[in-house]
Amino acid sequence: MEAVVKRLGVWALVLLAAICAIALTPDSGFAIHMGIVALVAVILIIASLRSYDPLAKAQSIFRMPPGPSRYDDDVVRWGVIATMFWGIAGLLAGVFIAAQLAYPWLNLEPYLNFGRLRPLHTSAVIFAFGGNALLATSFYVVQRTCRTTLAFPGMARFVFWGYQLFIVLAATGYLLGITQSKEYAEPEWYVDLWLTIVWLAYLAVYVGTILRRHEPHIYVANWFYLAFIITIAMLHVVNNLAIPVSLLGTKSYSAFAGVQDALTQWWYGHNAVGFFLTAGFLAMMYYFVPKQAGRPVYSYRLSIIHFWSLIFLYIWAGPHHLHYTALPDWAQTLGMVFSIMLWMPSWGGMINGLMTLNGAWDKVRTDPIIRMMVLALAFYGMSTFEGPMLSIKAVNSLSHYTDWTIGHVHSGALGWNGMITFACVYYLVPRLWQKERLYSLRMINWHFWLATLGIVFYAASMWVAGITQGLMWREYGSDGYLVNSFVDTVAALHPMYILRAVGGLMYLSGALIMVYNIWMTIAGKLRDEAPMGDTAHDEAADRPILSEPAAQPAE
Amino acid sequence: MANKRIDQPTGTETVGHEWDGIEELNTPLPRWWLWTFYATIAWALVYVVLYPAWPLIDKATDGTLGWSSRGQLAKEMSAADAAREGVVRQIAATDIEQLAASPELMGQAIAGGAAAFKVNCVQCHGAGAAGSPGYPNLNDDDWIWGGTLSEIEYTITHGIRWEGDDATRANYMPAFQGMFDAGQVNALAGHVLSLSGKAKPNAAGANLFAENCAACHGPAGGGMPEMGAPALNDAIWLFGGTEAEVKKQILNPRHGVMPAWNERLDPVTIKMLAAYVHSRGGGQEAAPAATETPAPTDVAQAAKAENDG
Repeated sequence: MEAVVKRLGVWALVLLAAICAIALTPDSGFAIHMGIVALVAVILIIASLRSYDPLAKAQSIFRMPPGPSRYDDDVVRWGVIATMFWGIAGLLAGVFIAAQLAYPWLNLEPYLNFGRLRPLHTSAVIFAFGGNALLATSFYVVQRTCRTTLAFPGMARFVFWGYQLFIVLAATGYLLGITQSKEYAEPEWYVDLWLTIVWLAYLAVYVGTILRRHEPHIYVANWFYLAFIITIAMLHVVNNLAIPVSLLGTKSYSAFAGVQDALTQWWYGHNAVGFFLTAGFLAMMYYFVPKQAGRPVYSYRLSIIHFWSLIFLYIWAGPHHLHYTALPDWAQTLGMVFSIMLWMPSWGGMINGLMTLNGAWDKVRTDPIIRMMVLALAFYGMSTFEGPMLSIKAVNSLSHYTDWTIGHVHSGALGWNGMITFACVYYLVPRLWQKERLYSLRMINWHFWLATLGIVFYAASMWVAGITQGLMWREYGSDGYLVNSFVDTVAALHPMYILRAVGGLMYLSGALIMVYNIWMTIAGKLRDEAPMGDTAHDEAADRPILSEPAAQPAE
Repeated sequence: MANKRIDQPTGTETVGHEWDGIEELNTPLPRWWLWTFYATIAWALVYVVLYPAWPLIDKATDGTLGWSSRGQLAKEMSAADAAREGVVRQIAATDIEQLAASPELMGQAIAGGAAAFKVNCVQCHGAGAAGSPGYPNLNDDDWIWGGTLSEIEYTITHGIRWEGDDATRANYMPAFQGMFDAGQVNALAGHVLSLSGKAKPNAAGANLFAENCAACHGPAGGGMPEMGAPALNDAIWLFGGTEAEVKKQILNPRHGVMPAWNERLDPVTIKMLAAYVHSRGGGQEAAPAATETPAPTDVAQAAKAENDG
């Protein structure tokens, strides 16, 4: 009884504050956001008042397994669903903005113009899709590798729902034109504050669980998750330091300006990639690859050395985004050399992941989830070689501001982050919903090939586009003058932009097949299909079992 | 260390820990990985000695090579300038109307003008200098303010109706809203269109034209570049050639603005731009006495033949 009254009271206060904010603010964007907060508060008040249990209702819609299980996996299940939902949203936004670049009439002013939709896409795929994948898998992995349930279960649920509110506020904000204009840090001050609260709760749950562990040692995946959570907290807070114009408005001014702001932004931006998209996802890899392959991790020593060198070296790499800008030469030098030194530590992750398949290589033939994991690690290796290459100043003088950078981003994002997330979700769904297997294994294979082809189209078209831009921009005629105007280079890229949209569409199609597969799995269906491998598989010998051909008389 | 065992497929010993069924092998670091890592570190150590790298209190280490990005830029720019220096000097010394006398110099001027055009002019006049509604086409022979080299040079230097320049070219067409009734406007627009053969001639319109428009636009609508009054008889329209658009321009004329470039570009670049624009087609020869009208289009010729005495 008291708990209900307390919860009611808290939400009533939130509702009151939101209404006051709507009434007092001159900023319409802020008012809309406070409207969303008020709506959330009202829904929760109503839910608390009645004996209606919305969670039980939603659990039944998503066929959550009833009753207690050994681990606290409700949040994990929610996270998996959120990952797929936001993934489709983010990929769809990506295909649309790719189409806008090829066909500018698709800029539907003002809410759906490219300037507003681009951050919608980047935030949706990195923070909504990637972030929920990290939340779900980190809660799954930390419990099992510590042999304990989540510390502060209520707070874990707050982390999940609070993060979804952050996503909704960020996404609606972009469409309304609310942005700080800092790449991957676009949400304004009040949304940043909310995320900080949610993130600290996340850290508390995670560290609390590790402290309660029943395993004496901490598994390598947890080192990577912890590094990701702590470093992202630091990056987020520092880069978003700002002074709001008014407590009732969206606008704020950054604490930094000029080239200092540029460096702070790209220290943040590169380490968002390094810790959110690399360290966090390496943690996923370190749990799910050995589990799916049924093999031990290749080298404990390599995991230690590459972990510490990676998290030490990554922080310095930010200036490679600012080569040949107003950033001082010394900072550009440091950014470049540390990015080069980062090459092997990153490849340590790739090696450990791929070589864990020693003794299970035949599974690449029979297990499409392993296939996805291998592809993910291969693209991880490619991207972490391309990255240091692009950090070299001479190379960067050609590639900076071109589509080569976009190609690099997407071979990493689609190839590494996307594919490893898909593989982990395919692993998790049957187990979390207590099904014997996924609805269809062959559909995973279709997804794999569509995604791979999509990435190839994307990366290849962007490499060609980027090098075309770079060479055309610097082309001098024999008379000593530049040959091409900027608009000439734009016109030259049109076919590549179309091909890129095609690649993205293929990737989205694969993801849609995945959503269907998972939906049917959760619904309890099983597809009647031929098994994946035609030939039988000898696990112990890691070889296919071939029948001896009968001796044929020569004729 | 709890349960070390030998992993059968690889023959390597496990470390002895286990998490949810996951074990780790005690494989040593791959040789090639370690040595490549050391190599990148060694390379980095050399690089930070050679190039600017370490921040100190008031400055940073300069690097033993003495390289700096500003130094590199200055070197490249001066090399580019030095390569062009002879030509630039010659063009500066040549009066613009004499530029055409030397084909080689003119060619250099046109090339330089083309490059400058791509940076400064395409935004309004289009990538191919063909313009768009409101922004003149520079490829034709219709010149609102004159198409000789000097006139083009002046236009680029001082702009048109540009507030920041006292010597800017400026003139304004009166707005005839309220001075004509609807019937008169129709007649007048019809006459204007008939000048280029787009409509039938009408007497009322011709009268109104003679009384109100000929003073600036010329008795036959041939235009007056000194006044910046466009030619109305050559079927080339800046703001559109439909009847509605012509009427709109009569009642409420739009006036374009072109920036003055004398503060942004040096005189040689402006000369080169003038040469380039002149070379696009329809550039006029400077005549010592009366200004020559440009070679008219077929339609305009027919209209002029009809209208001229």
